[in-house]
Amino acid sequence: MQFDFGTFQQLLVILIPTTLAVSAPIIITAIGGLYSERSGVVNIGLEGMMVIGAFTCALTILGLEKSLGIWAVVIALVLSAIAGAILALFHAFASISMRANQIISGTAINIMGLAGALYACRVLFNSKETEAIGVSVTKFGVPFLKDIPFIGPILFDSWYPTMFIVIGVVLFTWYLLYYRPFGYHLRACGEHPGAADSMGINVTKMRYIGVIISGVLAGLGGALVVLTISTKFSELTIAGMGFLALAALVFGKWNPFGVLGAGLFFGLTKTLGIIFPVVFPDLNIPNVVFQIFPYVMTILALVLFSRKSAGPKAAGVVYDKGSR
Amino acid sequence: MDAKTKRLNAIITPIIAVVLAFAIGSIFILISGHNPIEGFLALLEVFSNIYNIGEWFSTASILILTGTAVAFAFRTGMFNIGAEGQFMMGAITGIAVGSIQGLPIFIHLPLTIIAAGLAGALWAGIPGILKAAFKVHEVVVCIMLNYIALFFSNFLVENWLKNPNATAQTIAIEPSASLSMGWLSDIFNGARVNLGIFIALGAVILFWFLIKKTTFGYQLRAVGLNQDAAKYAGISVNRNIVFSMMIAGAFAGLAGVIYSNGIFTYITSTSGFLSFGMDGIAVALLGNSTPFGTLLSALLFSFLQAGAKTMQVSAGIPAEIVSIITALIIFFVASSYAIQFVLRKLTEKKAKKGGAQNAV
Repeated sequence: MQFDFGTFQQLLVILIPTTLAVSAPIIITAIGGLYSERSGVVNIGLEGMMVIGAFTCALTILGLEKSLGIWAVVIALVLSAIAGAILALFHAFASISMRANQIISGTAINIMGLAGALYACRVLFNSKETEAIGVSVTKFGVPFLKDIPFIGPILFDSWYPTMFIVIGVVLFTWYLLYYRPFGYHLRACGEHPGAADSMGINVTKMRYIGVIISGVLAGLGGALVVLTISTKFSELTIAGMGFLALAALVFGKWNPFGVLGAGLFFGLTKTLGIIFPVVFPDLNIPNVVFQIFPYVMTILALVLFSRKSAGPKAAGVVYDKGSR
Repeated sequence: MDAKTKRLNAIITPIIAVVLAFAIGSIFILISGHNPIEGFLALLEVFSNIYNIGEWFSTASILILTGTAVAFAFRTGMFNIGAEGQFMMGAITGIAVGSIQGLPIFIHLPLTIIAAGLAGALWAGIPGILKAAFKVHEVVVCIMLNYIALFFSNFLVENWLKNPNATAQTIAIEPSASLSMGWLSDIFNGARVNLGIFIALGAVILFWFLIKKTTFGYQLRAVGLNQDAAKYAGISVNRNIVFSMMIAGAFAGLAGVIYSNGIFTYITSTSGFLSFGMDGIAVALLGNSTPFGTLLSALLFSFLQAGAKTMQVSAGIPAEIVSIITALIIFFVASSYAIQFVLRKLTEKKAKKGGAQNAV
């Protein structure tokens, strides 16, 4: 492919919409992780939940697109969320009711999600991937806004409608977490479950809810990948995006807007890794620099924040009523 | 619970976990329209010839080491989810050092193996040091390092170590750096079993010796059981965390060199993980993080992996079923609270019923 960008603007027209598309699944999944960890359950299984969401989305659309057309996408989103929630329920059951080590349970979820989806692919398609979907969400220009000079074409001319879901989820989460009793209760369970319990909050119930919401959002995140970035499900559709979401959660200090910023940042580095070598072949920055960048940054962020310990205090700790 | 029932539980729990995982695995096989019994019989075909057994041992040698890498760290209370990355660093180092020309075998081979172990140790040292110095949780660092190792190793495969005559593949190592031994391969009818199996067995013995017979191992266990108590007893918790991670990483690095220089003579770039490190977690958990438990469960998991191939070939059952069973085993062992709860109830009932005649 031959790319020749005359102006800076043309570069941004490619860069920003792609960044938004790549960031969206990371952000929504990371917000899912936020619910789980704020309730006190570490969720390393986000990757597996994204995988199962992506697979469910591709499968639903393949099954329904002939009869329902674009409406198949809506049903696919709902079913992906449910699939993610079911997988999350296993994590919740093991780590809350069965007092399993949350990280080990999450690891099992990750293996199970990928293996289950690939197994189903083999059975249904006799291949390691699904067929490519026909319908998909299409980019659109936001009316009026896209006509703003310079900014319009960059920011608003090629939007995925799915980005609205993501922004909605971030705003709603922020409101829920900091301005509603439910949010106070959820956060209390992650900070000091003993105190929450003594105030009459059902810690077990809140944690179940937190983990299941994380499954819903991670399932949606996986579906977004299929709808906007990839057109089918394969072993490589998610390939680490769930872990990037986990990283965005840490980097964003377990705060909805922090997560939004971190997700956009990781999306940008991922996009740069794809676009940079094509646009600037002479600069000779090896691609590996962009590939490892988000992961290195996360480690640095952890080192910097660790003394202040930004994460929920009780995340990862099994709540035992007896130890109150 | 007295020591005897505790030990009995430690043996029975994993067995129940395996049986449950297989039962649910059978349901998956049934749903996919195959016969589970036929599938499990096909699994046993691994025993049908000496070549299959040799291939089983070659995978086993890797899983024993990645399993040991996770189990050893567990003993210090560290969760080494980074065995995957340490494995990759070992493998790529094995290729890099293994491709140096003009060294005699008695220098080149040990040098390669040591370098790979060292690479794994240094890679695992990073989360160890960060945990000791900054209290950073090792799990997130390990996961990040896994991805960094994956991309870094791919970069080396496609650039510095690239084979000019092939795509996305490294140059082959020199024969003097190969772990593959003609006589050993001949015994197993040409299977890729190699020196690695002895390295793996050596690692198990070293694991046992370090943990059970040395002061260092005693300190490691103390730190793993209760950090505060260990600190009070004058044990340097931080130093033990770093050392434990580095030894664990060395094991995973050795697993990598067995893969790159024993089973293959080159590696290819890979878009996803090879998942030996993840399987190591299952191995360590099922083996209850003991040396011989790890050995046995590594043999079981590698048997399943070898059997996945025979199952796909002769019964047409997708090989992914083995990963599902692996995940289920991890899941059930992790939730062993439930299994132990049921066991305790059962034994209590028996004790009441049996009364005097069962009393010992």
